Amino acid sequence: MEKTINITLKVWRQRGPKENGAFETFQLKNISTDSSFLEMLDVLNEQLVSEQKEPIVFDHDCREGICGMCSLYINGHAHGPDEDVTTCQLHMRKFKDGETITVEPWRSASFPVIRDLMVDRNAFDKIIQAGGYTSVNTGGVPDANSIPISKIDADEAMDAASCIGCGACVAACKNGSAMLFVSAKVSQLALLPQGRVEAAARVKKMVAKMDELGFGNCTNTRACEAECPKNVSIANIARMNREFICAKLKD
Amino acid sequence: MWLLNSSIGKKLIMSISGVFLILFLLFHMSMNIVAVFSADAYNMICELLGANWYALVGTAVLAGGFLVHIVFAFMLTLQNQKARGNQSYAVSERPKGVDFASQNMFILGTIVVLGLIMHFAQFWYKMQFAEILGHHEVELGTAVVGVADGAAFIKYWFSNPIICILYLIWFAALWFHLTHGFWSAIQTIGWSNQIWYNRWKCISNIFATVVFLGFALVVVTFFLKSLCA
Ligand code: HEM
Ligand code: SF4
Ligand code: FES
Repeated sequence: MEKTINITLKVWRQRGPKENGAFETFQLKNISTDSSFLEMLDVLNEQLVSEQKEPIVFDHDCREGICGMCSLYINGHAHGPDEDVTTCQLHMRKFKDGETITVEPWRSASFPVIRDLMVDRNAFDKIIQAGGYTSVNTGGVPDANSIPISKIDADEAMDAASCIGCGACVAACKNGSAMLFVSAKVSQLALLPQGRVEAAARVKKMVAKMDELGFGNCTNTRACEAECPKNVSIANIARMNREFICAKLKD
Repeated sequence: MWLLNSSIGKKLIMSISGVFLILFLLFHMSMNIVAVFSADAYNMICELLGANWYALVGTAVLAGGFLVHIVFAFMLTLQNQKARGNQSYAVSERPKGVDFASQNMFILGTIVVLGLIMHFAQFWYKMQFAEILGHHEVELGTAVVGVADGAAFIKYWFSNPIICILYLIWFAALWFHLTHGFWSAIQTIGWSNQIWYNRWKCISNIFATVVFLGFALVVVTFFLKSLCA
């Protein structure tokens, strides 16, 4: 049998980046515990539309944990109380009947609110544009195993590449630091021979862009790693520090 | 210059200055422990560390290390607050795996500075500084003692329970600062990975505890001795 709960929702409403926002409270009844958090918000929005009110604006796209668009700070945690899932994969069974759920946007000076719960994460794209790619000619698709790569490196590169660029690391960081994201993007290429060629130039350009955009300085609190839906490790931050310091010392 | 312009460069300065202060702490702790065993041996060290040129150079370098560490602590903390923005979360929980110390390094550092000021007023000001001014004896309570008679200073201050508690609080703040600071410094330099992270963390805890116990030993021993006297 389907189980349902009644909840109170406190949602951040803000009309634009320059305007002051405030919480608005909603009562929701008979929410299926099988529904996802975003489906619950859909129910609320339909209710608002039918009452001729402005629906709540929030980011989402794939709704299966791969695109990195969804981005809600729920009850004091980026992507909510569940571990290692994105907001879209969070289910209402994680909440109790009668619970008050507070929903806020990512809060960081580099991620200004566009409207309500939607923030501008263009800064991440700019960091990627600064060097998060390979531009050398790597030829056609090579035969399997023609370039030997150790299992350890291959695994770590793959784990770093699982970053979906959601920005939860920045949202969770008391320093507004983007080191986990940038280090994942630096590591996924630095660990592989095709990416090594431009490794030094890449890390310098990406870190310079990150600093220019006003992200904070990492103090290794590990909040990013704890809240990352993809479990990206701070070992990547150590690698990026190493790559950056070595690159600068060589200059 | 990348050390001053980039976030990682500034963090590196923080890290190196922190490790330098850690090395000093080790030295200071070892020297204190001598006092537990022999007042004469301890006073010999105090004499060496009086107003000699090498002790003065050492003090200046040390002060420089503190200054760099503190100036960068302010700079980084202010930048981080700016990066965070003015709007704070209405509801925020510390995620599992995040240590208290890691999010409060600046506050812990401030307690360390307050302790330092107390310590300087009680010891350094009346010892090395008095000697620089050319004094050979200073008043300590009702007695007059030599500026290099460190053992007398220890005995005098640590017979007072309130002073003892203040010192223990100071050491506790340092313990917290070091449990995070030690591995964080290594991580900042980049000498860590998934395996070594756990090892460094374990070493940090052991090291911070050894430092705490080493310093606390002297305070507690001299307090207990004062009760028996
Ligand atoms: C004996 C005294 C001290 C020692 C041994 C010490 C040691 C350290 C170490 C090893 C670190 C880690 C560096 C890194 O993460 O890269 C650190 C960080 C830090 N310290 Fe100190 N410190 C001392 C005093 C102070 C003082 C007086 C302050 C000033 C208010 C302070 C504030 C900070 C701050 C804000 C950090 C940054 C946190 C971080 O980046 O992880 N410390 N300290
Ligand atoms: S590192 Fe994790 S939290 Fe940060 S952007 Fe990537 S997936 Fe999101
Ligand atoms: S909507 Fe794509 S990851 Fe959540």
